[in-house]
Order: sequence, then structure tokens, then C-alpha cells
Amino acid sequence: MSVVEIKGVTKTFAQGNITALENIELELQPGEFVSLIGPSGCGKSTLLRVVGDLTPPTHGTVTVNGKPAHQARKDGDYGIVFQDSVLFDWRTVAKNIALPLEMLGWDRERRRTRVEEMLDLVELRSFADHHPWQLSGGMQQRVSIARALSFEPALLLMDEPFGALDEMTRERLNLELLSIWEKLGSTVVFVTHSISEAVFLSTRVVVMSPRPGRIAGVVEIDLPNPRTAETRYTPRFFELVTKVRELLRSRGEHLLPEEEELLEADR
Amino acid sequence: MKRIVEWLPALAVFVLVVGLWEGLVRALHVQQFLLPKPSTIVSVFWSDRHTLWPAGWYTFKEALGGFAIGSGLGILAATIVGRFRTLGTALMPIFIAANAVPIIAFAPIFGAWFNPISPRSKMAVAGVLCFLPVMVNTLRGLNSAKPRQIELMRSYAASELEIWRRVRVPTALPFLFTALKVASVLAMIGAIVGEYFGGSLNALGVLINNAADVFQFPLAWAGILVASLLGIALYGAVVAAERVVVRWAPDTRDA
Ligand SMILES: Nc1ncnc2c1ncn2[C@@H]1O[C@H](COP(=O)(O)OP(=O)(O)O)[C@@H](O)[C@H]1O
Ligand SMILES: [Mg+2]
Repeated sequence: MSVVEIKGVTKTFAQGNITALENIELELQPGEFVSLIGPSGCGKSTLLRVVGDLTPPTHGTVTVNGKPAHQARKDGDYGIVFQDSVLFDWRTVAKNIALPLEMLGWDRERRRTRVEEMLDLVELRSFADHHPWQLSGGMQQRVSIARALSFEPALLLMDEPFGALDEMTRERLNLELLSIWEKLGSTVVFVTHSISEAVFLSTRVVVMSPRPGRIAGVVEIDLPNPRTAETRYTPRFFELVTKVRELLRSRGEHLLPEEEELLEADR
Repeated sequence: MKRIVEWLPALAVFVLVVGLWEGLVRALHVQQFLLPKPSTIVSVFWSDRHTLWPAGWYTFKEALGGFAIGSGLGILAATIVGRFRTLGTALMPIFIAANAVPIIAFAPIFGAWFNPISPRSKMAVAGVLCFLPVMVNTLRGLNSAKPRQIELMRSYAASELEIWRRVRVPTALPFLFTALKVASVLAMIGAIVGEYFGGSLNALGVLINNAADVFQFPLAWAGILVASLLGIALYGAVVAAERVVVRWAPDTRDA
């Protein structure tokens, strides 16, 4: 059974008469790591929010774990991570991670054990009692990831989670995310602006084109696992990056100059 | 220890100003009705303590009552208006406009509505003064939760009530305390100015007003000193409560 099944999804916003998504078809198998890439405004976030039942599709259906997306959300089937970590200032790091567990009605002891496991996983144990503003951007994002993983959702939705971080932190967190993903075996939908990040992380890269948001093509990433810092220097990595870039280009006649630049800068 | 060191410059300035005041009044032989010496004010503050302090307490209770009622109703109104968005969009401009009205101008009217001698008319003035800033700020706070935070809660299938309790209310608390600090000051002003338009003979505002009328300026000034100390005490209590309730915020420490 596929974890996510997107069938003929179209999303229009009356406001501004925008077709953010047009006839999207996509299926994710368990354990897949799928990146969505495309210039800004091509509907990546909207697609993620439709999958998470945070906004309804205008047409089409989304199935998560064999259930309608709405039911999946009610059942806590996915965890979500946004670009800004969306932590609650009034909660400590440990309490932020425990939030979904509280919502699910876990008792205190069970919460405590799980939060400690998660703190170890993202290597923040000594920061358990700190407040979010006392952490660096990278650490905040690790808290946010720990929170999304804490209740072991089958599906992890990530919307440019490392977009606001510097290159070095980003590459380190990429490696951490991969090791977590391998350990937990969850299915990931990962939105990114960066071609190399998409290729490095994914089992599949879905290239989107804007106005209206469509799937321009899909690139299977057959790089060997586990991926390491050296993976980025292999010829196959370059080939795949080029392949994704060409797909972006071929549909890129609508790209604004600054978007073209953004994608170029990634080379 | 650090606290004391932080307070030292302010203390030094205070001592300097009071010393200068005392020195200048003495050196220039300033008339008492223009400006009494601080030492005279303090000695009256002590010698007349049996009338001054109870008068202060009487007025403080009015201010406190008005503060509690006005702020309580402000929080309640913000909660109701915040719950129903359409009500909020209809009422918010009116409240903001009302917030700019010099409410204190109504003080004589409240005297007519309630018994002018009773403390209730002063509580009404203080309460009305407190209501609007608390209501407007609390509502702003309740609506300041970030859309992403709400979305995150919805991803956990949180109900509106849970979003309210876990996101909107904590977000609103720093806003609320900012308003309560303003309200604490307004409550004292409301009570005293209310008493200027008449009130019980053992009320501080009446005492200050009467003393000034009969040229007992040191007594009037001592009354102002009592009012100031009580005002500072109320403000300080709100700040202390804020420290306990809003422990997490990095930027409320400087209040
Ligand atoms: N709530 C909304 N109301 C109106 N238009 C929206 C809304 N959300 C997104 N859009 C529009 O939909 C398009 C896709 O947006 P988005 O999914 O955020 O793109 P991306 O994440 O790829 O940058 C954009 O043109 C954007 O302006
Ligand atoms: Mg986006």
C-alpha cells in the first residue's frame, strides 16, 4: 500500500485567480524520500499542505496510509516541519518536543522517556531545559524535527526545513536527517529550493514548474546508500544534479530572472 | 547582588534630584505654596500619618477595585470578541476610537450616576480607564499567534479550544501584562481625579484638594507622595506578577 496517493489534484486560489496546482499525480511507497523542487511559487508548499489536509484541494483526492487525508490528519499520521522552526517560546526544548505527545494523551512517564530518546537522536540532551531563543537556528530546526518525529508518524512532511540555515549547518543537518530516516524508516516528502540538497537526500526528485504548478518530471536517484559527505563528489551525483537542472530549465521559460539566479547559485 | 548594582545609577540620580530640590528651595527662599522642601513634605508625611495613610488606603482600595473590575471585564470582552471574528472586525475600530477618548472627562458624570460620596463612582472611573487598554491589547495578543503555529496545531488535530489554550493565550500574556502595567497607573489616576470632583472626606484626592484650597501645600504634597508610593506599589505588583507568569520571555525583564 502506498503511503501517499495524490490523484488529479488541482488547487486554485480565488484570491488573485491563481492555479497553484494543476492535475498533480504522485504516489509514494513506504520508506521513500521524495523531494519536491521548483522555483518559488510553483506550488510546493501548497502541495505539502494539501497532503497534510491543512488546505483542501479544489479537485482530486489525497490518500494517506490508505485513508482520506482528513482522517489521516485526525489520526496523527504525519509530522510536519516548516522553514522557520515554529517553536513555542513559552515551552522549553523538552516541552516543545512533548507537545504532540501531550495532544495524543500520552502519560507523563511515557512522554519523558520518548522526549529523552528524541533529544539523544538530535543531540540536544544538554539543552532540554533551554528556551528556543537560547538556541541557534540549526538547533531550533533540530528541535522541530525531533518534535515531528516524536510520535513516530508514518509520514514526515518537510517544507524547506533547512532553507534559512547557512550552507555548512545545512550539509551537516542533511547527513543527520538521512541517518534518522534510515534508523526510523519513515516516508519523507521534502520541499527544497536546492538541487544538490534534493539529489543528495532523495530516492526520487519531483521537479515542478510554475504557473500553473505542474510536475515537470521525476528523476530517480540511484546513488548508493548510505550517503556520505563524499557522495557529493561522485560523478553520478553530478550527472543527477545536471539532469534535475535540465528538467528545471526545459520548463523554465516562465522563470523570473531572480529565480533562475537562485537555481544557478546552487551549482 | 547584580540587581542592586543595576539600581545604583537610578538611586544616585534620585538622591541628587531630591538634594538639589532641597538645596535650591532653601537657597532661593522659594515660597512654600510654590514648592515646599522635600524635608517638609516628608515630615508632614510622618506627622499627619493618622489622616494621610488611611486616606491613601481608602483611595488605593478604590483604585484596586476599579483595576480589577476594569481589567477583568477587558479580558472577558477580548476573549468573547476574539472568539468570534466577525464581532471583532465590527467592534475593533470602535474600541480603538474609544481608546483615544479622554475618559477622565467623564469623571463628573460618574459622580452623578453613582452616589458621588461612595467609592463606587471612583471605582467606575478607574474601571473605565482600565477597560479599554486591557481589552484592546489582550485582543491584539490573542490574534498575534503566528499562522504557522496554528497550522502546526491543526496538524495534531487540535480543536479550536486547544489552540486557544495552548497557543493564543500564552501568546497574549505578554500583551496583557503590558496593558496591566498601563492600567495600574490609570487606576490610581482615575481614583484620585474622581475624588477631585467630590468624595468621602477620608479619601486621598479629597484631602489633597482641600489642603490645596486652604493653602496647606505641604499636606497636599505629602498626599501626592502617598499617592505616588501607592501607584508605584501597584505597578510593582503587576511587574512581579508578570515575572512569575511570563517567565519564558527574554525581553520582559527590563520592565
Ligand atoms: N493562501 C493563499 N491565497 C492565495 N494565493 C496563495 C495562497 N497560498 C499560496 N498562494 C499562491 O499559490 C502559488 C503557489 O504558492 P506556494 O505553494 O507557496 O509556492 P512555493 O512553496 O513553491 O514557493 C503562489 O503563486 C502563491 O502566491
Ligand atoms: Mg514554499
